[in-house]
Amino acid sequence: MTALLRIEAATVRFGDRAALDGVDLDVTAHETVCVLGPSGSGKSTLLRAVAGLQPLDAGRVLLDGADQAGTPPHRRGVGLMFQDHQLFPQRDVGGNVAFGPRMHKMPRERRDPRVAELLDLVGLPGAAHRAVSTLSGGEQQRVALARALAPEPRLLMLDEPLGQLDRSLRERLVVELRQLFGRLGTTVLAVTHDQGEAFALADRVVVMRGGTIAQSGTPLAVWQHPASEFVARFLGFDTIADGVVSGGVAVTAWGKLPVPDGTPEGPARVLVRPPGVLLGPADEGLPCEVRARTFRGGRVALVLGVTGAERAPALEAESTLRDAPAEGDRVGVTFDPGEVVVLDR
Amino acid sequence: MDVDRPVVPAGPEGPEGPEGRDGSDGSAPAPASVRGRGGRGRATGVRLALMALPLAFFAVFFAYPVGAIVARGLHQGGRWRFGAVGDVLGDPSIRHVLWFTCWQAAASTALTLAVGLPGAYVFARLEFPGKRLLRAVVTVPFVLPTVVAGSAFLALLGRGGFTDSLLGFRLDTSVWAILVAHVFFNYAVVVRTVGGLWAQLDPRQEEAARMLGAGRLAAWRRVTLPALAPSVAAAALMVFLFTFTSFGVIQILGGPTRSTLEVEIYRQTAELLDLPTAAVLTLLQFVAVAVILGVHAWTVRRRESALRLVDAARTAHRPRGGERALLAGVLAVVALLILLPLGVLVARSFDGPNGYGLAFYRALASTDGSGDGGTFLVSPLETVWNSLRYAAVATVIALAVGALAAAALARRAGRVMRGFDALLMLPLGTSAVTVGFGFLITLDKPPLDLRDSWLLVPLAQALVGVPFVVRVMLPVLRAVDARLREAAAVLGASPLRAWREVELPMVARAVGIAAGFAFAVSLGEFGATVFIARPDSPTLPVAVARLLGRAGEMNYGQAMALSTILMVVCAASLLILETAWQRRPDGRRTTVPTGEF
Amino acid sequence: MNSTIHRRALGALAVATACAAALSACGSSSGTKAAGGGTASGGGSRTVTVVSHDSFAASKSVLAEFTKETGYTVKVLRGGDAGAAVNQAILTKDHPRGDVFFGVDNTLLSRALDNGLFDPYTAKGLDQVPSDVQLDATQHRATPIDSGDVCVNYDRAYFAAHGIAPPQTFADLVKPQYKNLLVTENVATSSPGLAFMLGSVATYGDSGWQSYWKQLKANGVEVVDGWEQAYNDRFSGSAAGKKAKGDRPLVVSYASSPPAEVVGVTPPPAQSPVGVATGTCFRQIEFAGLLHGAKNPAGGKAFIDFMLSKAFQQDMPLQMYVDPVVKGAVEPAVFVKYGAKVDHPTTLPPAEIAAKRDDWVKAWTSTVL
Repeated sequence: MTALLRIEAATVRFGDRAALDGVDLDVTAHETVCVLGPSGSGKSTLLRAVAGLQPLDAGRVLLDGADQAGTPPHRRGVGLMFQDHQLFPQRDVGGNVAFGPRMHKMPRERRDPRVAELLDLVGLPGAAHRAVSTLSGGEQQRVALARALAPEPRLLMLDEPLGQLDRSLRERLVVELRQLFGRLGTTVLAVTHDQGEAFALADRVVVMRGGTIAQSGTPLAVWQHPASEFVARFLGFDTIADGVVSGGVAVTAWGKLPVPDGTPEGPARVLVRPPGVLLGPADEGLPCEVRARTFRGGRVALVLGVTGAERAPALEAESTLRDAPAEGDRVGVTFDPGEVVVLDR
Repeated sequence: MDVDRPVVPAGPEGPEGPEGRDGSDGSAPAPASVRGRGGRGRATGVRLALMALPLAFFAVFFAYPVGAIVARGLHQGGRWRFGAVGDVLGDPSIRHVLWFTCWQAAASTALTLAVGLPGAYVFARLEFPGKRLLRAVVTVPFVLPTVVAGSAFLALLGRGGFTDSLLGFRLDTSVWAILVAHVFFNYAVVVRTVGGLWAQLDPRQEEAARMLGAGRLAAWRRVTLPALAPSVAAAALMVFLFTFTSFGVIQILGGPTRSTLEVEIYRQTAELLDLPTAAVLTLLQFVAVAVILGVHAWTVRRRESALRLVDAARTAHRPRGGERALLAGVLAVVALLILLPLGVLVARSFDGPNGYGLAFYRALASTDGSGDGGTFLVSPLETVWNSLRYAAVATVIALAVGALAAAALARRAGRVMRGFDALLMLPLGTSAVTVGFGFLITLDKPPLDLRDSWLLVPLAQALVGVPFVVRVMLPVLRAVDARLREAAAVLGASPLRAWREVELPMVARAVGIAAGFAFAVSLGEFGATVFIARPDSPTLPVAVARLLGRAGEMNYGQAMALSTILMVVCAASLLILETAWQRRPDGRRTTVPTGEF
Repeated sequence: MNSTIHRRALGALAVATACAAALSACGSSSGTKAAGGGTASGGGSRTVTVVSHDSFAASKSVLAEFTKETGYTVKVLRGGDAGAAVNQAILTKDHPRGDVFFGVDNTLLSRALDNGLFDPYTAKGLDQVPSDVQLDATQHRATPIDSGDVCVNYDRAYFAAHGIAPPQTFADLVKPQYKNLLVTENVATSSPGLAFMLGSVATYGDSGWQSYWKQLKANGVEVVDGWEQAYNDRFSGSAAGKKAKGDRPLVVSYASSPPAEVVGVTPPPAQSPVGVATGTCFRQIEFAGLLHGAKNPAGGKAFIDFMLSKAFQQDMPLQMYVDPVVKGAVEPAVFVKYGAKVDHPTTLPPAEIAAKRDDWVKAWTSTVL
């Protein structure tokens, strides 16, 4: 099966710096792919390159197998939702949504129902005559989405689709979007810096770093096996230490940690995900002291320092509210082998 | 030059940082024109295409005629005579003229800013009844023929005038008369240019400064003034150019001992036919204007900053506290400086031989061409039509040329572009006589045999209108987010379509204001119109001047009546133009920033 | 919806443009009936193009008479004041814009002739023109059409109220009783100003006129830049000057100003409020000439002939406030009743004016300003 979108060795340079450095990426039909990365990693440039707004210095962009070089943006048949929506301020909601169909010469009698249908779809029935300046952030986002969907693009691209919204709205909309794309069978390439958003939305996650792809895979695979310390830290995992693997264990500043079978011997970076840091009585396991305690709703995040080894990296752990120790308490730590990951160097 | 360049906030990056501009140099939000090698070439091509018409227009209707008349002066007897430069510059009386021209322009500019800035604030930020009408009225002096306004001005400063009868001093023979008259004529330039931006500055910036402990004045000086600086500089530039090339005011109020370069060029060309001297003076004026433009570009570039702009409707409020005193003060200044002289003209137009009445208007109506009125006078209605149609055509030309030039300039200014921008300003600093005489000796052969064509008049007027259009539209075009165009592109709009559907509506208000200025300039334009001999279709200002040039109570009274009609036509045109472009179907104003100039 | 406004605005603009185009289309044909449809030019043209200054005027019926007699329609091109119009004609002499130039006076005549502006033509009716105004009598390149006198005007009411006799001559003006009463124009920028100075040169000679002006200056003469300011703003005798609170009862103006002041005023006053000091006059004579390189020389000649006809000559006073030059031309009643008779105006030969004008202006400027 050929990919709907194929990016081959795409390279974009701004002066000396490469914003995209030989990026290869396929997106198959009906797939939702999220590109995740910190600011400056090149993810927006990737979307602009696919849209034709940013010419490539090297490499190719193919849609349905056809090279898009020389095809201007308005003939590529892709949709792009900008991160701050970029609604046309002088048009009302209906005028914004109808813009794409109008450009594609859809007759008025089909256009109007289409606008109504899309506004229904995004949960804004009857809003066609509202001025965009009267919309809330969430409503603007919905209108932008309806506008992007209206010309039925073969590929829908979203740039930080929920970036400017508040947290609760974001969490609700991300679910709605996932359901909507599933229902419509839309092919989506989205860009975000928020891992939670990416994991909730995507069939596949692509992590970018400095213009290259650091890791690609399902949300679960990436979560479980971050390919590198960069990816791990970007996902929020900070319990990482130097270690030496030998005979099924890694020797670290935290003591000996069990590692999965088949791990190559020798020096390595070792990650323990917070659920793998198990708390017990102070006299059992690695003696630690609770340095910080953060309330996170149902659970409590803890930062632990190793007693008597001040230079050892801090450990992050989780606990239920009921069982959480207080700051300054002494605890003993053991490790769950299933949550220990040896990272590629 | 980046004249008051409001940059809309909300760049491409969200709160997390400039992802969108990735590796670009960080100076611009990766607009469409910043592309790879191929794209860059295409952008340059687009820019050149946009510049083609404005360049052609300026080459044919400005550079060529002015160059030809200068060359006629310096190229005599088969060779170039640049020795004339030394001769003219060595003449102490010319040096005196140059010095007077410079210092009176500088002083007039400073005075106009001092008087105009409070007005700009009041018109921008305060709500009061009759504001829109008054804003149109303060623009009226700008279009009045100086010969009319100068006469009215004597009622303020001359014998038995306001200052004489109330304060016991006369200014009509002092240099103060010139300075005050320049304020009268250019007040609107400051109010509109600076006020346009001021109305859209986010007041919260100043509030933030005050929360940090700055006093009201300190907050204004530290926060608002720097933000306004580009538009203040733009206004200062325009006022300086206008006063530097002042003609009628100097002649009427300055007396015979005071002369500007412009007056001198007029004398040398139109009266003495001393073309070598006129050519040197024209070049001198070019150099001076170039220096002014250079200084202006330099100050603006240093002050340039991104501004947070908001809807003008949101910042205006009813006056409170000290603002009431400020409003009263500004209204008093407007009443004294502008309404009083205008009122004198209106009063004189009704002050007939047998007491107040419509005698002069009736006399105008009797020369309606149906009787044997002669060819000297045409019916006032016809002069109104002539003026309106010349002004309409000039406005269309100025809008077309100016909008294309602004579009080209808005797409990133390199050094070449800055030069182009300066070129567009040059006509403001060029004598109408030079342009008019230049037209005569150049546009006399096919395919450009336009000497007897009515088109010459609007063409000459458009030359002066274009700089206004560019100054008004440029900041707005620069502020339109490039990504709106991109949003249209990915929705399937071709570049041309995207411009028409997205950019044009957004700059519509600026277009309206630009059109208003270009229209007003054309309506009041006198110099080029009078020096271009043409089949007889006099404009209002020309008809006024003709009437004033003759003895007799009826002639003078009719001149006053026609001037009054001119004022009404001008104010009405401005009101209509601004309203037509400003109103939206839902009754709110657009949030698009509108710099004026 | 969205684009209603800008569509409306653009619509307004489109309408304005369309109106402008339509208006200009009809403007060029009907704007001046006299101009007629004078678009065709060339050998067989039926249009005569007259190039003149902004003050040129003629009754439409008189021009219609010309068309009826000769079949030519008249198209008038006006630009600037007399000086500017002459200079424009000189600048464009290689491609003249018309057939006839009207409006070069004796102060500028030499400049026009020296530049070869005109072709010789002896007009029909020239025999009816007194020889003293035929300043190019040998070659007939310039045909005198009208004359007018620049004289000091006085405010009758002022002198009556103060019991002083108004001045009559140049010599009177430096007398103490007229101290601070006279306003005149800058000779460098004003045609009547220049004429008044030339009158003083003619009266006192090349050696004496400067000392005369020193006395005038000592006697408080005021100088303004243009006739409009002098007559409309500073002079107390004109209706305009009264409104402007002018306080100078003596002004350098024209002998035709008194009748002009009362034209159209009802009921007609017994006397013009303005009088003329007939001993202070300098005579300006205006000429017409056949432009060298004219496209329609036959029509041009016909129009010059017509300008010397009774019909045109008798029309001029009310149209241009000048006097006819043809013997026997009758002046309108208002001129007869309110005008002044100037028997001995001063004059200077055009060649002398051309030769010394710049020096005189410079000398005047340094003496008076």
